[in-house]
Amino acid sequence: MDILNNLIFGFGVAFSLENLAYCFAGVALGTLVGVLPGIGPLVTIAMLFPITFHLPAVPAIIMLAGIFYGAQYGGSTTAILVNLPGETASAVTCIDGYQMARQGRAGPALATAALASFFAGCVGTLLIALAGPTLGEWALKFGAAEYTSLMLMALVASAVMTQGDAVKGLAMVALGLLIGVVGVDVNSGMARYSFGIPELVDGVGFTVVAVGLFAVAEIVVNLESKEAREVYTGKVTGLMPTARDLKDAAWPTVRGTAVGACFGVLPGTGPALSSFATYMLEKKIAKDPSRFGRGAIEGVAAPEAANNAAAQTAFIPMLTLGIPASATMAVMLAALTMQGIATGPQVMLDKPDLFWGLIASMWIGNFLLLILNLPLVGVWVKLLTVPYRWLFPSVILFCCIGNYSVSNNPFDVYLCAVIGVLGYVLVKLECEPAPLLLGYVLGPLLEENLRRALLIARGDPTVFFTRPISLAFMVATVLILVVMVVPAARGKRHGT
Amino acid sequence: MKPDLWNNRDFLAGLLFIVLGGLAVALARDYPIGSTMRMGPGYFPTVLGGILFLFGVYVLLRGFRSGEKMKGEWGYRPLALIAFSIVLFGFLLDRVGMIPAIVAMLFAAAAAGREFRLKEVLLLAVVMTAFSAVVFSYGLKLPYPLLPGVWWIS
Repeated sequence: MDILNNLIFGFGVAFSLENLAYCFAGVALGTLVGVLPGIGPLVTIAMLFPITFHLPAVPAIIMLAGIFYGAQYGGSTTAILVNLPGETASAVTCIDGYQMARQGRAGPALATAALASFFAGCVGTLLIALAGPTLGEWALKFGAAEYTSLMLMALVASAVMTQGDAVKGLAMVALGLLIGVVGVDVNSGMARYSFGIPELVDGVGFTVVAVGLFAVAEIVVNLESKEAREVYTGKVTGLMPTARDLKDAAWPTVRGTAVGACFGVLPGTGPALSSFATYMLEKKIAKDPSRFGRGAIEGVAAPEAANNAAAQTAFIPMLTLGIPASATMAVMLAALTMQGIATGPQVMLDKPDLFWGLIASMWIGNFLLLILNLPLVGVWVKLLTVPYRWLFPSVILFCCIGNYSVSNNPFDVYLCAVIGVLGYVLVKLECEPAPLLLGYVLGPLLEENLRRALLIARGDPTVFFTRPISLAFMVATVLILVVMVVPAARGKRHGT
Repeated sequence: MKPDLWNNRDFLAGLLFIVLGGLAVALARDYPIGSTMRMGPGYFPTVLGGILFLFGVYVLLRGFRSGEKMKGEWGYRPLALIAFSIVLFGFLLDRVGMIPAIVAMLFAAAAAGREFRLKEVLLLAVVMTAFSAVVFSYGLKLPYPLLPGVWWIS
């Protein structure tokens, strides 16, 4: 009953007044940015994490995690009421959720989404508690070669599986890795790509890259497009779903949780893809698929369960292996690193209060979210009427202050503007920025492990294929490439 | 060169990758490569630059064949104004303090929007400046002057 003891210990940590307060702040903020379109959890975490330097590690990470999974709840609210996904992960919920709202069943739709999210969040958290220690123990056997192959797999998967073009995704990974190279080389002490600028000798700051790529670029994209928002003005009445609704939603929730939990662990997939996949699954196994798209409650419960389960299990590879599976997890990893915490299998042994406290806080956070989202849904809907022309200058302001406060140097702010311009150009050319960010975060780690692995193997590159675990990762990498890239390239050719 | 290439997203993306990859390789020539066993600081970036270059060539060539157009126009105006507002903030913060920097930044950024309503922007500037002063100067004690020579010391 080791896990039980650990969990009790974790709840002891999470129930301290300070940690509870930061957990609440995190999930409330997460719901807020989930509701507000155009600002996601990634940008919020990237903006806020310079400020969390002033906090101890445990409350800081509890709050940042709360923003992440809280946003999944908030995103579904706007999807149902406004037909506008506050989060990409809620895009699928729009289809049936908005139809339910138009049929006057907004209340049950919101309740179903929140309850399904809550169930999935709890199961996802339990999975972290169960899988974490096992995976961590296994990962302790990893050497440099294994880590190199694992990172290669994560990077290739993230490039290939995100929406859009696989080849461009791979190029973005390479570009991200190159940005990660900027600064002093640890082994030789040589400054690379610093152009004689002293600030660049320390490398490109994480906040600079994340905020520039995701906040600045996205705001410019939003400003150039001219789309009007239709806000649902009807009152939300009768929150409680009927017994029939609950029965209809029960199994889809369980299936959605299972699908989401698997996708969350896989690199590059994350909440967005999992909610889409589970919607497809529900539609396929439904007795009457034509109900989907016309307000089927399964179409709300399953994707919402899936994106929440994925949001939780995404923490597994980040916490136990130190390898983030998504861009948002890369931000979390960077936040942990900045706090001086070496992520990886040791984190459970070295920092049990952090690991178990975080897990316990997720349970509490999911419960808080249920309260925040159901009775208070009216408040969040009101926030939707805040016009974007007030919102985006404020976001830019927080980006500026966040960047400046990292080094107290205007250089980071200037660089953020440059990265923002680059990010905008990349978005316009349909290059996904997420693989770039992942490459940037993993770059230094990948180079170090690659060098070490080859040094130990005396320069023999077959080391990656002779060690069994490493071989497995390599085979998986090749399989991902073959499965995803080959049909895409062929499809293109047929298309022309 | 045909003018519609400048609207071809694959061609442009490929070109960007080629330039950046080529630049990375060219600059990395100053760093010792070393051997596979003992990699120098130039090894990793050279390989990456090369990979980026090759992907760029592929995407560029594909652009000729597919001819996929970019969606929408370039948003020069919002891009320039947003970037300018950020640079303005960094430039002013050190020199004239946080309050003028925030006000100037908000005005420049708001000008990037589709509609600019002076009263609203003024109100936003007042609210955000007060909020930032309280949270960042007073609450988090970030060491920036509010105005030249004026600090919030508590």
